Amino acid sequence: MNALERGPISTGAEWTFELIERYDQAIHEIAANEFKLDTYPNQIEIIASEQMLDAYASAGLPIGYPHWSYGKEFIRNEQAYRKGARGLAYEIVINSNPCISYLMEENTMAMQALVVAHACYGHNSFFKGNYLFRQWTNADAIIDYMVFARNYVMECEERYGHERVEETLDSCHALMSHGVDRYRHPTPLSVAEERDRQREREEYAWSRYDEIWRTVPVRKDGKAKTRQLGERFPAEPQENLLYFIEKYAPKLEPWQRELVRIVRKTAQYFYPQGQTKVMNEGWATFWHYTLLHRLFDQGLVDAGFMLEVLASHTNVVTQRGFDQRGYGGLNPYALGFAMMSDIKRICEEPTDEDRAWFPDIAGGDWHKVLDFAMRNYKDESFIGQFLSPRLMRQFHLFAVADYEDDSELTVDSIHNERGFQRLRRLLALQYNRDQQVPDIQVVRYEQGGDRSLTLRHQQCRKRPLTEEADEVMKHLSRLWGFTVRLQTVDEGGKELDLKEVKH
Amino acid sequence: MSIIIDRRLNDRNKNAVNRQRFLRRYKEQIRKSVTDVVSRRSITDMDQGSDVSIPVKDISEPSFHHGSGGDREYVNAGNRQFNTGDKIPRPSGGGGRGAGEGGEGGESNDEFTFALSREEFMNLFFDDLELPHLIRNALGETRDFRWRRAGYTQTGVPANLSVARSLRNAMARRIALGAPLRRQMLELEAAQAAEEEIEAVRRRIERIPFVDEIDLRYRHRVKDPRPISRAVMFCLMDVSASMTEEKKDLAKRFFTLLYLFLTRKYEKVELVFIRHTDDAQEVDEETFFHDTRSGGTVVLSALKLMQEVMAARYPSDAWNIYGAQVSDGDAFGADPEKSRACLSEQLLPQLRYFAYIEVPDHDNRASPLAHAYQRIDSERFAMKSVTARNQVYPVLRELFNREAVT
Repeated sequence: MNALERGPISTGAEWTFELIERYDQAIHEIAANEFKLDTYPNQIEIIASEQMLDAYASAGLPIGYPHWSYGKEFIRNEQAYRKGARGLAYEIVINSNPCISYLMEENTMAMQALVVAHACYGHNSFFKGNYLFRQWTNADAIIDYMVFARNYVMECEERYGHERVEETLDSCHALMSHGVDRYRHPTPLSVAEERDRQREREEYAWSRYDEIWRTVPVRKDGKAKTRQLGERFPAEPQENLLYFIEKYAPKLEPWQRELVRIVRKTAQYFYPQGQTKVMNEGWATFWHYTLLHRLFDQGLVDAGFMLEVLASHTNVVTQRGFDQRGYGGLNPYALGFAMMSDIKRICEEPTDEDRAWFPDIAGGDWHKVLDFAMRNYKDESFIGQFLSPRLMRQFHLFAVADYEDDSELTVDSIHNERGFQRLRRLLALQYNRDQQVPDIQVVRYEQGGDRSLTLRHQQCRKRPLTEEADEVMKHLSRLWGFTVRLQTVDEGGKELDLKEVKH
Repeated sequence: MSIIIDRRLNDRNKNAVNRQRFLRRYKEQIRKSVTDVVSRRSITDMDQGSDVSIPVKDISEPSFHHGSGGDREYVNAGNRQFNTGDKIPRPSGGGGRGAGEGGEGGESNDEFTFALSREEFMNLFFDDLELPHLIRNALGETRDFRWRRAGYTQTGVPANLSVARSLRNAMARRIALGAPLRRQMLELEAAQAAEEEIEAVRRRIERIPFVDEIDLRYRHRVKDPRPISRAVMFCLMDVSASMTEEKKDLAKRFFTLLYLFLTRKYEKVELVFIRHTDDAQEVDEETFFHDTRSGGTVVLSALKLMQEVMAARYPSDAWNIYGAQVSDGDAFGADPEKSRACLSEQLLPQLRYFAYIEVPDHDNRASPLAHAYQRIDSERFAMKSVTARNQVYPVLRELFNREAVT
């Protein structure tokens, strides 16, 4: 390598656009050629701290429709920042094509390089590779869609008044967490397919035809009626409340439906991010660590640069103990980074324990294994699959059981031979979406009757809803326009509670 | 390859529109908070932004969440002493510590506090009635002037003569006028012309004057109208028992608004607070607004005291004197008539302006005082009745509009 002769790209803290470009090039060379990271093209934008605050408020999207809740978020962040209670992120990265990353102007050169490696190559390749992102987000279209949404909302405000738009959006936001598809809907059948199926059904009926059935007496009194009564709509419970509202709410005007759709699309866009927090951050952290070390090996950066990078890296991946100040649960950066590094270790230097736990990957090609994991898992399955006993020991993980009927908490399992399996399962479960979002689905829409809507909350292990649920139901009834009910049932299907909001 | 863009010069206030929406939506709550601030603040520093806080509960966005209770397990890091099966006492204060998930959301602040800019604060303070720009010229003519330099002129008194400027002009003129003569002389010398010819040209050169009338420049000064830099504002208020807190709040808003008007016009505005029941006292602001007294009502006592204070401390040739009186209009016997006479005959000639604001219990009834005051015919006097907070500002505008017209 002639890089060694060239010496470091820069020394000192000052950054310039030329330097960022050179660092980016050097990192790109390693990422693309040596590690074969597949990324969207990058668009790196340098912004000032006020602009970072702006970006925060719109959840990282460069544009969003106007709504007071973003104003609140902005004021909250600004206040915290001005008081010094909170620092700002070094970067924000957007899942779009080209992949937009915001770099703060206040960062030093080393930090800018770290951020470029982390966001522009780490997160970027994750966005492009992970199945959830591939399935649920459309990186090419998101920016255009947000532009459309913004213009549409503003147009509606002009045409129908601020209040009505705000009301509708408020109600949609209340249901946002239940506006997400987790499974693909089957694509509608084409006409040809429909015809084929119909013919198949007919042939089947022919083949099963038997004169004898004609001789069986038919009960005269209203067979049709019982069928009608039994016919439920929707046939299957629907978990995407916003989708159901968009399609079937009897009273919504077309523009309101479009607003519901905008909120639903936004929720869907963010859905993969919530499901892959640990993996996404772990992946990006692993790669900035690896890429910058390669830069150092090649002599492109000096020791001062590395020290700054490592200081910051260490801050990010610190895991505090439960009894330490500032403990906020498991740090996704720490856990993710540790797991990614651990997979590499298992591949390169497996112990007997690793061979027993991970026979498939121990001693394999770490890069392939890691790439496979990145593409095909989300947090829940990733932890369930790859968390090693070694890491559980290292993090001193322990599970506490909190049962309603017990007066005390019980330590359920700890990081020992007996506990590993259960601990891993519990931790994986913790990242299951059902743990964060209650299971509430549409079970009944009285289309032919009073048009009321019934939701069912399937209680999970006796966990109740918060009191906010009443407020949310009011929002729901506003969108629906007729009576709405929320039925709470326990795991046996027994009804525990019924809330009703009459319209 | 990667594109690098400098966005630092882009608009930094993307969220201004969202912020406005937030303020509009929670106007009621914010106004409540502003009202608290107003009652705490002194009139003189009303004209500032402020921190306001509203209950977090009011601005939360609801959604379906798991509540506490039920059965669950959560995984934590940093075990040191626990073994499987150990019992831990339930931490007090609500069910289970939600350490397992989203610990960062757990800041338990009941109040959402944020800063309003001066503009936003004033807007809320005056119930959204925007402060117009006409305030500046709404206060009528000014009587004071100040001299200000304004370049140079060709005429003036010798004391204002600018020597440097004049000599520079003189030199320029001498060079300009002498040049062709000097050229002519050089030519003659080169041609070895007759001595007399050269001598004649030289004499012509010498005859060019060193300083001429047209060279002179004087420092120019112009008169700039200036407000008399000092004004005094007399706040008169009836503090008898019938003046409720609410009425006092209206009064405070009125006084504040007048004060703000005046501070835009004058460098220094002094405040004199005179409260009265059946006798009048000069008091400080705190006492003025918050101390209650009991007793009857004699309006005249306040006007007399105002007159005394003016005579002692604020001669009308050195001060712009403004008066503002707030009362619920109760007056008894000969008092309203005497007050009217005192005001219109003795006080008004010395005042720039006097505004009487009535805060009656009922809209329709003309109070004794108002009845008497109605007969004052002076362009320096105005009276209005105010029953609600949002009437305060329009009244003031009306009052001062009238003055601007005259």
